[in-house]
Amino acid sequence: MDLSMLWYLVPSVLMLACGIYGFMTRKNLIGILISLELMLNSADLNFVIFNRYLYPGSMEGMVFTLFAIALAAAETAIAIAIIINIYRSVGNTDINEVKQMRF
Amino acid sequence: MEVIIPILILAFPLFTFLLLGLCGMKMSHKLAGCIGIAFLGTTAVLAYIVACTYFFSGDPAFIFEGVRQQYQVFDVTWLAFTQSLVVKIGFLLDPISALMLVVITTISFMVHLYSWGYMEGEPGFQRYYAFLSLFTFSMLGLVVATNIFQMYIFWELVGVSSYLLIGFFYKLPSAVSASKKAFIVTRFADLGFLIGILILSYYTDTFNFVELTQNPELVLGTTGGATYMGASVLTWAMVLIFSGGMGKSAMMPLHIWLPDAMEGPTPVSALIHAATMVVAGVYLVARLFPLYCVVDFSLTFICCVGAITAFYAAMVACAQTDIKRILAFSTISQIAFMMVSLGVAYDKPIEGVHYSGLGYMAGMFHLFTHAMFKALLFLGAGALIHAVHSNEYTAMGGLRKYMPITHWTFLIGCLAIAGIWPFAGFFSKDEMLAAMFQRHWFWGAWMTMVAGLTAFYMFRLYFLVFWGEENPHYKEHKPHDAPWQMSVPLILLAGVSICAGWIQFGEFVTWNGEPYHIHIEAPVAFTSLLVAVVGIALAAIMYMKKNTLPEKVKNAWPSLWQAANRRFYWDEIYMFITHKIIFNIICRSIAWFDRHVIDATMDGFAKVTQSVSYRIRGMQSGEVQSYVGWYITGAVVIAAIAWLCFA
Amino acid sequence: MDSVGNIIIYFAVSIMMIIFSIMAVTAKKILRAATYLLFVLIGTAIFYFQMGYQFLGAVQIAVYAGGIMVLFVFAILLTNKPNEQDAEGKRYRRIWGLVVSVASLIILLFALFYMPLIHGFSLVECLSASNLITMHDIGVAFTGGEKFQYLLPFEAISVLLLACIIGGVTIARKD
Repeated sequence: MDLSMLWYLVPSVLMLACGIYGFMTRKNLIGILISLELMLNSADLNFVIFNRYLYPGSMEGMVFTLFAIALAAAETAIAIAIIINIYRSVGNTDINEVKQMRF
Repeated sequence: MEVIIPILILAFPLFTFLLLGLCGMKMSHKLAGCIGIAFLGTTAVLAYIVACTYFFSGDPAFIFEGVRQQYQVFDVTWLAFTQSLVVKIGFLLDPISALMLVVITTISFMVHLYSWGYMEGEPGFQRYYAFLSLFTFSMLGLVVATNIFQMYIFWELVGVSSYLLIGFFYKLPSAVSASKKAFIVTRFADLGFLIGILILSYYTDTFNFVELTQNPELVLGTTGGATYMGASVLTWAMVLIFSGGMGKSAMMPLHIWLPDAMEGPTPVSALIHAATMVVAGVYLVARLFPLYCVVDFSLTFICCVGAITAFYAAMVACAQTDIKRILAFSTISQIAFMMVSLGVAYDKPIEGVHYSGLGYMAGMFHLFTHAMFKALLFLGAGALIHAVHSNEYTAMGGLRKYMPITHWTFLIGCLAIAGIWPFAGFFSKDEMLAAMFQRHWFWGAWMTMVAGLTAFYMFRLYFLVFWGEENPHYKEHKPHDAPWQMSVPLILLAGVSICAGWIQFGEFVTWNGEPYHIHIEAPVAFTSLLVAVVGIALAAIMYMKKNTLPEKVKNAWPSLWQAANRRFYWDEIYMFITHKIIFNIICRSIAWFDRHVIDATMDGFAKVTQSVSYRIRGMQSGEVQSYVGWYITGAVVIAAIAWLCFA
Repeated sequence: MDSVGNIIIYFAVSIMMIIFSIMAVTAKKILRAATYLLFVLIGTAIFYFQMGYQFLGAVQIAVYAGGIMVLFVFAILLTNKPNEQDAEGKRYRRIWGLVVSVASLIILLFALFYMPLIHGFSLVECLSASNLITMHDIGVAFTGGEKFQYLLPFEAISVLLLACIIGGVTIARKD
């Protein structure tokens, strides 16, 4: 029995679908952020899988993932700063309270 | 010949225009005037040098075995669109361009000097001088053009400068509408000119005058007998080109702009609308004369247009009250005289007799003398207006005691235009009438009648202004002669008007460059002199002393007098055609179409977009989650479609 | 042929990851959701180790599990009262989210299973075909300017992180 590429891709895809669901249904801003991390993680995993299976001699996918992790850290830090700020002014972290960008 | 002098002739006025146009407002009036006069004086001297070199040096490039040659001083490529469509800029010297150089620079210099006095203290004095320089530049460029395209460019430039100068007093609504009228009418005519140029150059593959006129039969050959609506293509081309000349030279029915152009400052009228620009049409015909000769119809056409215009303008001039308008109609009439003269010039033998293009020489001669004495008359009129501050002769009368210089010079001008021996007009008019009688007695008789009318209306003007009753206003505001800047040009031009007729003009300018010896034809000269004297006598009887005769004549044919006074309703006809027919019927329907079909379509798009976006703006809910939902739904749908299409 | 140990680890980790992913997005308490996310991230790190990317796995654990998760926990503790339940979202949006996520899952799985390339290699073949990446290789790759070397992005990321620190401080500052 071989562990082919497909085996690793399936959990990744499921992770993405979960992330989409979570992003659309969560009310809490931090919950949304968690879903976002899930999606990002599945993308990272994909980079690494494709690198390993299709171009085993090189390391570009891995480098991309490294950068993506760094970006994720940055993004999370800023997002959490914003959420805390919203919490301070609104009193909770409900996404429905943050609708000022409408028409 | 040195190339530098011809270049400087064009460069000086252009430089003056740029200098005064760009920095003029920083200068004092005096400085600007001095600059304008100094540069124009230099240009005039250079033009004299060029003309003298051309006529008298005897260089084989200029005169070869007794025949004057066309000489291109330079001819450089300016725009090369394709291999065959090349626009060049050059400097062509031949008898008529040398003549025009002299005429233009002389008159322009006189007018520059005169304006110094006339325009003194006017706001925009520097602008005025800048425009005068622009005009001089463009007119010089026009006459020395080596090719028809260059001529067209400068032709439009003189149109523009004329527009600018007519509308110089741009705060007066009448001046504004007059300048617009002049520009639009001449532009309309230039459309024909342009089409003519295109037809001509399409068949001949060249713009160059020398190539075109050297061998007119060949040009006729290149059209290959192509015809359009029964006339040969070359005839069409020449008539269309002439229509441009009709516009510029105010021939019927495109004459309506010239009387209104008198709204401009009087020196401008003298320079542009009497002496130089309006004869551009005559010059154009003269320039392409060999081509006109090979298509008989176009010459006959010119003849007819000229004859009708000459008579019409003379009639109208008899019934005007504004002295500048009288002079304007007189100008139209005299230019028409030149046109007829060119029209009867015919180099082919008629019934075995070869006329050697007498009419051409005579027309050019009259162009020369007319420029001088008409400029004199206009400048004299300017002095009168300067003195009494009105254009109407009713405000004048009995001025001969108050303004002796103006009186005598004006009298000389009137005698010259009436054709009294030994003034300049006599000689040139005599040659023209001789040429007309040679062609057919009808042209001669008709134009002799016009000459008589000319004498009548000019002396009507003269007597009304300088004789008759004194205007009561003189007591409070005593008119006096103009300052020296204005008197000097008057005296100089009067001198020229006396002497110019004695020049052996045939030695210099003939249609083929061979000298022609002028000789007075006694019967023609006697007739024209007699007619002129009769005209003057009639004017003297009617207007010298205040009497009831003019009223009686007026009441004898009231409708005729009224019609002549209203210029035979040409302006009304044009108003009717433009306002009632073109504006009302054509333009209104076009406007309706534009507003209700084209605009409405665009408005419809805008309205649909607006209402749709108003309806769907609720989708911009501010909820990030639904944005993501829409985004992923879209992505899924696209992916599904792609899958279905490509799998 | 992959070793049985590898296959067992794979199955254990992947099932854990799927379950915890689902729980992470459905958990009522946000602190729990964060904890489930931590497990998913650790599972991902195990996959990285399994595929021979030791350094990447270490970074995943250190940065994600160690750094980002701590941030999350801090934020949750700051903004949520203890035992607070996350309120239910709107009903239509839950249905919509479910439909969309299932649809995308179907589309992606469909694509995966019809891709001929994917079924070829086993992990062992790939691992043996490659020279496993050493720390030295990574160090060279991040400090060079040649092709396949990443000095410039590396520096750019450092600037980005600096900007992020400043931005975070500025946004969250109390005034």
